[in-house]
Amino acid sequence: MSAQSPGSREPQLANYDRDFLLKLYAQILLIRRFEEQVKFLFLEGTMPGTIHQCHGQEATAVGVCTALNKDDFITSTFRGHGHALAKGLTPREMLDELFGAATGCCKGKGGSMHMGNMEKGMIPGIAIVAGGIPLAAGMALAFKMRKTSQVVACFFGDGAVAEGAFHEGLNMAAIWNLPVLFACENNLYGASTRIDKVMKNIKISDRAAGYGFRGETVDGNDLLAVYEAARRAVGECRAGQGPVLLELLTYRRTGHSRRDACHYQSRDERDAWFSKDPIERFVQILLNRSDLAQIDLDRVEAQVDHEVSDAVQQARRAPQPVTNDLLRDVYA
Amino acid sequence: MKRQGIAESLRDAIAEEMERDSTVFCIGEDIAVPGGWGGAFTVTLGLEDRFPDRMINTPIAELGFFGLAIGAALMGMRPIVDVQYGDFLFLASDQIINNAAKMRYMSGGNCKVPLVVRVPVGATGRGSQHAQNMERYFIGVPGLKAVAVSNAYDAKGILKSAVRDDNPVMIFEHKLLYGSKGARAESGAVDATSDIPEEEFTVPLDKAVIRREGSDVTILSWLLMAHFSMFAAETLAGDSIHAEVIDVRSLSPIDYEIIGPSVQKTGHVVIVEEGPKTGGVSAEIAAGLLERFGEYLQAPILRVASPDVPVPFSPILENAYRPDSRRIAEAVRGLLQ
Repeated sequence: MSAQSPGSREPQLANYDRDFLLKLYAQILLIRRFEEQVKFLFLEGTMPGTIHQCHGQEATAVGVCTALNKDDFITSTFRGHGHALAKGLTPREMLDELFGAATGCCKGKGGSMHMGNMEKGMIPGIAIVAGGIPLAAGMALAFKMRKTSQVVACFFGDGAVAEGAFHEGLNMAAIWNLPVLFACENNLYGASTRIDKVMKNIKISDRAAGYGFRGETVDGNDLLAVYEAARRAVGECRAGQGPVLLELLTYRRTGHSRRDACHYQSRDERDAWFSKDPIERFVQILLNRSDLAQIDLDRVEAQVDHEVSDAVQQARRAPQPVTNDLLRDVYA
Repeated sequence: MKRQGIAESLRDAIAEEMERDSTVFCIGEDIAVPGGWGGAFTVTLGLEDRFPDRMINTPIAELGFFGLAIGAALMGMRPIVDVQYGDFLFLASDQIINNAAKMRYMSGGNCKVPLVVRVPVGATGRGSQHAQNMERYFIGVPGLKAVAVSNAYDAKGILKSAVRDDNPVMIFEHKLLYGSKGARAESGAVDATSDIPEEEFTVPLDKAVIRREGSDVTILSWLLMAHFSMFAAETLAGDSIHAEVIDVRSLSPIDYEIIGPSVQKTGHVVIVEEGPKTGGVSAEIAAGLLERFGEYLQAPILRVASPDVPVPFSPILENAYRPDSRRIAEAVRGLLQ
């Protein structure tokens, strides 16, 4: 378990609208159910390729993306299913893509690691660690040059912090006050290597001070804490006071990629983090409200399950590309 | 009409494109410092006065600012990236090859990357790491376009076409051809000036050009070697050998529509390349010609290139490294014997 204690602040629950909270619940649950389905389809052998899943990290995606507008953009990584769903990509276009179908969000050419949809504010996922960080700064540079109020939320993991692209991207975002929310999902492991083996100071939010901007460590398994922190950061970015680095402490419940049994994670550590599951915690928060009951959550759950299973049925039958498509879309 | 060198005509082209389209901007090291250099070779000199908000002067961070340029391009801007010395592209190559080149394809055509990269290359008395001919490393990357400019007219017209193209375009420029003046002038420079018309013009990105017509042999080259090939052809003419000299210009894709008929006509091909022989652009051209026009060849295709060594510093060694007109002429004579 991490030695860090995030500077959490109790969200003022009463201030949240009931429907808003149910919408958040639908989103966080959608990611969990989607990932469970994908894992099943993969193990079943019907889905090609490899997968990097985000079970346990759902709150970071939903918390950050909820603080964004539709015309804001995100950049993501090889572990991007949650980010994509949270930014508004549909389970349908994503499952089609995972099946390599011509109707997928990237026409079957991107796959799990490169999902994106420009109309929904997500560039294709960048599967080179830290590769999306300079891109995010450049997207923000474009917004600043054109004087729009858009911001970029740039997702990356703790492993990216060791890359040169992290340093170069954060430095340039800093010197030009670019509107980027750097969202570091610190799940303690870069692939199988634990963070304390590759980092002397494991408090990643400290890095921001080195570049002259604000960093903050947040309980990344507390959906409302992530949302609040992201909302503050986005506000600062829109006011020309960006960038901001948010370190979101979280934990990957599943393997790094396919068939990784996670033997490098200790039982104690897993137990401790499993007891802090972001969805279970959010459910407790919801049920503590007088205007929400289990039946409301059940209704959301039924909707989500229906949406995912419907998308799976469609994806199984989705049209595959024809071999002539191989040569298309290389050049604009 | 005015007589101009490559550095000036690139500067004019950049300024005219920035004037025409507010999404065009420049990004790179030392490109916009008042009292500074205008990039390593004066190309952007003074543009910071005219376009103060669109000349982005970066830290020394090639991986980073190439990434920024690509990100901005994805959002609809049209960046022109200056890399000082082509050798530094190795630092930026993750962003160029993994992101700029592949983004459109892996998104299924959902996005585009209108990016221009200006790359000074060539051995010019700076030793091994400010000297390499980098074009060989990028011609085999699907999604990129690669062009090489050998005179001021092409430089201006091709830069304009590149800015207006919706794909990443790498423009290779030779340090001995800029015609930079003052402190940035190069020793050993070759005259690459052109008469530049007053009216607007562009030059296509994918076309080779016949610089000299001839019937005995086709000499294919680009950048500095295009000039040396012309000198060699002049010498050969004295021996009644009529060389056709083609400036390949478009390195990706290769323009076989222009090159092919010349090969059919002469039946003899010499490809001249600055840079190590192994794995060079000339290997690709030779293979491409064999596949398409092999039956017309009356002799094996010959390559004149640098030996397989890093670029040396000593002028004596550097001159031995870089092909020159004498070596080109000798190769042609040997081929035709």
